[in-house]
Amino acid sequence: MKSRHKKLALIGGALAIIGIIAALVLNALNSNIALYISPTDVAEGKAPQGKAFRIGGLVKESSLQRQADGVTIAFVVTDTAKDITVHYKGILPDLFKEGKGVVAQGKMAADGTFTASEVLAKHDENYMPPEAAKAVGDAQAKEAGKHVSPSSYGSDKPKASY
Amino acid sequence: MKDRFNLYRFASPATFYPFAGTLIPYFVAVSVVFGLAGLWLGMLVAPTDFQQGEGYRIIFIHVPASWMSMFIYLVMAGWAAIGLAFNTRLSGMMAQALAPTGALMAFLSLLTGALWGKPMWGAWWVWDARLTSELILLFLYIGYMALTAAIDDPRRADKAGGLLLLVGVVNIPIIYFSVKWWNTLHQGSSVNLAKSSMATTMLWGMLLMAMCFWMYSIAVALMRVRTIMLERERHTDWVKAELLGKAGEEK
Repeated sequence: MKSRHKKLALIGGALAIIGIIAALVLNALNSNIALYISPTDVAEGKAPQGKAFRIGGLVKESSLQRQADGVTIAFVVTDTAKDITVHYKGILPDLFKEGKGVVAQGKMAADGTFTASEVLAKHDENYMPPEAAKAVGDAQAKEAGKHVSPSSYGSDKPKASY
Repeated sequence: MKDRFNLYRFASPATFYPFAGTLIPYFVAVSVVFGLAGLWLGMLVAPTDFQQGEGYRIIFIHVPASWMSMFIYLVMAGWAAIGLAFNTRLSGMMAQALAPTGALMAFLSLLTGALWGKPMWGAWWVWDARLTSELILLFLYIGYMALTAAIDDPRRADKAGGLLLLVGVVNIPIIYFSVKWWNTLHQGSSVNLAKSSMATTMLWGMLLMAMCFWMYSIAVALMRVRTIMLERERHTDWVKAELLGKAGEEK
């Protein structure tokens, strides 16, 4: 075996070991790396007690309630299995919409609702012109055998990862 | 002896220097052509997005810059592995030449991402896995440049920097798969080898811009590697001949 082949094997072996270490560390840190937890996680008691954390999911259809002052807001975050009501006072991002993804930072209140200090919109990876979005929405509505308004495309079909 | 094409010939700076010099104008020209075509397609032809309106068009800078920032790092790590295993002079110079462009791409990716995140997500920055790992990539580039600059002997600098590059390469799959592995605010990837979830003109605009960034990176890396060669090999005959020839031309 030539020395340069030995060196190459050494580099390859070192890289493999570093890769395995990284994989183990990241696996151990898994729950800390996640930016948010789902309402199901909260229901299972995975939420930190008395500390701020983030929940993520979809804004439930027709759950958005706005007080007369225009900035006091309540909505329901859902992962289609569990729901959590979120209270928030502030300005919502432009992409915040019912049926779309959302990530809220805040604390659990005593009554099981979530008081958010920050609300972020999470959009999906689809990019298309509005006409195409309407066509996709119509096709899905047809398949589902019910009427869905074009503006709420994708809303009744939440994906596994939002 | 017959003078047939031999790849190893170009491992010598004396032959690579003029070869790189003849290639540079072509890469610059192709980059400009791709850039103009990509901007035309992206800014004027591609349709408005159904959720993000016109704001999404920053994607034509953001995604190519992010791709390049990851790819340049992989190329540098490849050069580092070759340099450490085969002890070649050129590999260290190539890694050196690529580093500033890689750092620029990582910075551009973070900057355009922040500008894009504020109106769409509602935040300039969140510590999600995608954003954080890309920031680490920028630090790796800066760390590599700082480390190699701090060691006077260029051969030792290349070795130390090469080790850093190889250790850091573990970050690249983390960046790429972060949106799959963990809950992130950053959305999943729109384009991969199997499918794309973008309208066709948008996708082509993005791919043309990616080619533009690619050609640009090669062109500036070749320019930079020529400078590094002259600096490192300044005591050799071929550099003296090269510089004398230049001076002779000017007279």
